[in-house]
Amino acid sequence: MTKYMDQTGWALTLGLAVLIVVNFFIPEWFRAILLLSLARGSVALGLLVLWRCGLISFGHALFYGFGAYTVALIVKYLGITDVFLTVACGVVVAGGFAWILGFLLRRYRGIFFALLNLAFSMILYGVLAKLESLGSTDGISLEQTTYLWYEPEGAANKTTLFFFAAVMTWAVAMAVHHYLRSTLGYMTTAVRENEIRLEYLGYSAERAIHVKYTISGLVGGFGGAIAAMTIGHVDPDSMAYWPISGDFVFIAILSGTGNVGAPFIGALLYELIRTYAFEQFPGIWQLIMGGTLLLIIMFLPNGLWSLVDRWNQRRKERNRLEARAQEEKA
Amino acid sequence: MKRVQGRTAVLLASVASVALVAGAASAQTVKMGIPTFLTGAGAPAFGIPAKEGVELIIRGINNGELPAPYNSVGLAGRKIEPLIYDEAGGGTKQVTELRNKVQKDGVDLVVGYISSGTCAAVARVAEEVKVLTLMTVCGTPRVFEELVKKPKYLFRTMSHGTGNNTGAARYIAAKHPELLKDGFIGLNQNYAWGQDSWRDFSLAMKIVAPDVKPARKQQFPKLFSGQYGSEISALLRAKPKVVHSSFWGGDLEAFIAQANARGLFKRKTFILTVGETVAYRLGRKFPEGQIIGTRGPYGMYAVGIDTPLNNWFQKEYRKTYGYPPAQPTYQYAQGILGAKYAYDKAMKDNGGKFPTTDQVIKALEGATYTSLAGTVRMALSNGHQAVTEDRWGVTVWDEKKGEMVVKDVVVFQPECVNPPDGVLSVPWLEGGMQGAKCG
Repeated sequence: MTKYMDQTGWALTLGLAVLIVVNFFIPEWFRAILLLSLARGSVALGLLVLWRCGLISFGHALFYGFGAYTVALIVKYLGITDVFLTVACGVVVAGGFAWILGFLLRRYRGIFFALLNLAFSMILYGVLAKLESLGSTDGISLEQTTYLWYEPEGAANKTTLFFFAAVMTWAVAMAVHHYLRSTLGYMTTAVRENEIRLEYLGYSAERAIHVKYTISGLVGGFGGAIAAMTIGHVDPDSMAYWPISGDFVFIAILSGTGNVGAPFIGALLYELIRTYAFEQFPGIWQLIMGGTLLLIIMFLPNGLWSLVDRWNQRRKERNRLEARAQEEKA
Repeated sequence: MKRVQGRTAVLLASVASVALVAGAASAQTVKMGIPTFLTGAGAPAFGIPAKEGVELIIRGINNGELPAPYNSVGLAGRKIEPLIYDEAGGGTKQVTELRNKVQKDGVDLVVGYISSGTCAAVARVAEEVKVLTLMTVCGTPRVFEELVKKPKYLFRTMSHGTGNNTGAARYIAAKHPELLKDGFIGLNQNYAWGQDSWRDFSLAMKIVAPDVKPARKQQFPKLFSGQYGSEISALLRAKPKVVHSSFWGGDLEAFIAQANARGLFKRKTFILTVGETVAYRLGRKFPEGQIIGTRGPYGMYAVGIDTPLNNWFQKEYRKTYGYPPAQPTYQYAQGILGAKYAYDKAMKDNGGKFPTTDQVIKALEGATYTSLAGTVRMALSNGHQAVTEDRWGVTVWDEKKGEMVVKDVVVFQPECVNPPDGVLSVPWLEGGMQGAKCG
């Protein structure tokens, strides 16, 4: 295995290949759900980065909203529909704001950090909902997107967007995974475990958190940009309102922090549960969602990924026992 | 391990059989997706009354209980299979849900939507997934004026928001010019609906009463704030006697309770553009002598419309639910009657055979159909946007009936309060309502 491709790297690449193949066999509604899972999974991935250093944000819809609205506003006011450009702008704007906010937020931990994020996200919501030039609560609709010189039409449009989103998400997940395995990345755990000891080692905990917060914002903005293009419409209620931030925390809890691939699996599962709860229990679907969260917290406190971890451990244990048995035989 | 496998097999088998049964049942029905607020702030005042109206009218259609001209069973002979689902949760969720309903559950048409935000979000998607969609309540003119300029699958079966505020302006200017001596002031929630309502009303006032000026500062409290102490104080101090407000639902109920306690309704006359939504719920606590609207001739204004169809609806609704039907009830029922009209007519044009969606669309485009309260004309946006008459009056408590009624009612014809076909709402208002015909 090379420096960049470890087990997770191969798994992510396999996941990408699977997505590209299944694209040709799935109904359109399911493709829309997959697209949304990629988008929302990305934001949850941003939460994962923070979570690894023991921080949780109750306001990550802030960056989701920034990403989505940047794309929509660029399309509306500048008439630029090229996805490479619009997504890049969405990511940069969200990341830029994360970097600026980072100077303040890196000084806070625990509930203060979580709630300050919530506060900032609700400021964004308030501004979006009140300003008519930003579409107010009715939101802004996006025009048809283009890919460099390629302008897909009809069914090709969704497929192209799906490929684009899948490849970009793969790249983002790989990058985050690589970062988490770097020295700076491993500091996340150090920050969580013992900040003072980290500082004595000569690193600044605040700076480490600042970098993570910026990465988290970049990834969140990416998710928002993909969501805006998937839906074709942005509005404050589905992009920046506090329950949306709650959804991301839900997905993060559901997936666990074990692996960068987990948030995407969690997001897909979340979308599927929501879809069927919505369909089967139209009046009480929120109750089903809440119940699911409760069950996860009670029985899988480390999220879905703990199932994989457990399986891995059991396999290692078995290998060890087998090895010992062979040794004894020999 | 074996037991687990057995259980999985049973589960799979039961899922498969449910799927089979579902498939078999849908063969001879028309599947109708019906989004409405079942949870959240929009539910009590809009979503639930709408759902009740839907259930009653679908029961009537499926059993052939409705009076003429809708006295045949079903849509073009096929019973309606309603899939009522929640509109709560914002545009993203609704776009996903619309796809699910069409591509997964295979609905034949969608009738519903209350929030303008949802309508704006789903408008283009409805065209993209090619599903006949009849929007029932949402008011934003943007749907056809900006988002879908050449609609094929998308219709709206009631007037958009502009007509209602134009009617309000015409009513106050004609009936109570004396109240306008000191101008008028606005109290609207700070979001798209509130902003649009105020803009339309103040533009219309400029034309119908050019000498009357709006107050310098308008009140725009935030949506769902629930506390209106400072706004009430400001209104009590303000000089204008007339207050325009597009408040609805829980915010309106909270505002009325707080304003009643401070005697605001005795000193000001309110124009509550959709105030009727809470009037029945509040009963006696709803202030008398206020000007209220229903965005057409619905709810309280429909009480007295003496047609067999409306009498059936009023009687059956009161019998089933124990209270009178309000505007969303009428508006949703109107959408479903539009579907019934279009399917039945398309079948007739198709020589008695069940019509295709394209034939249904053709039957509804530009049609004029009888609704519970008056006539609906699909007159605007290539025959996809309805216009209806607009009624305005003043609330008064009817001791004998024990419910709120309206008096001094003025009926505005659709041509009087809506822009002509092809003219956009805001330019029409800014340009002095060219082409308005008030008989």
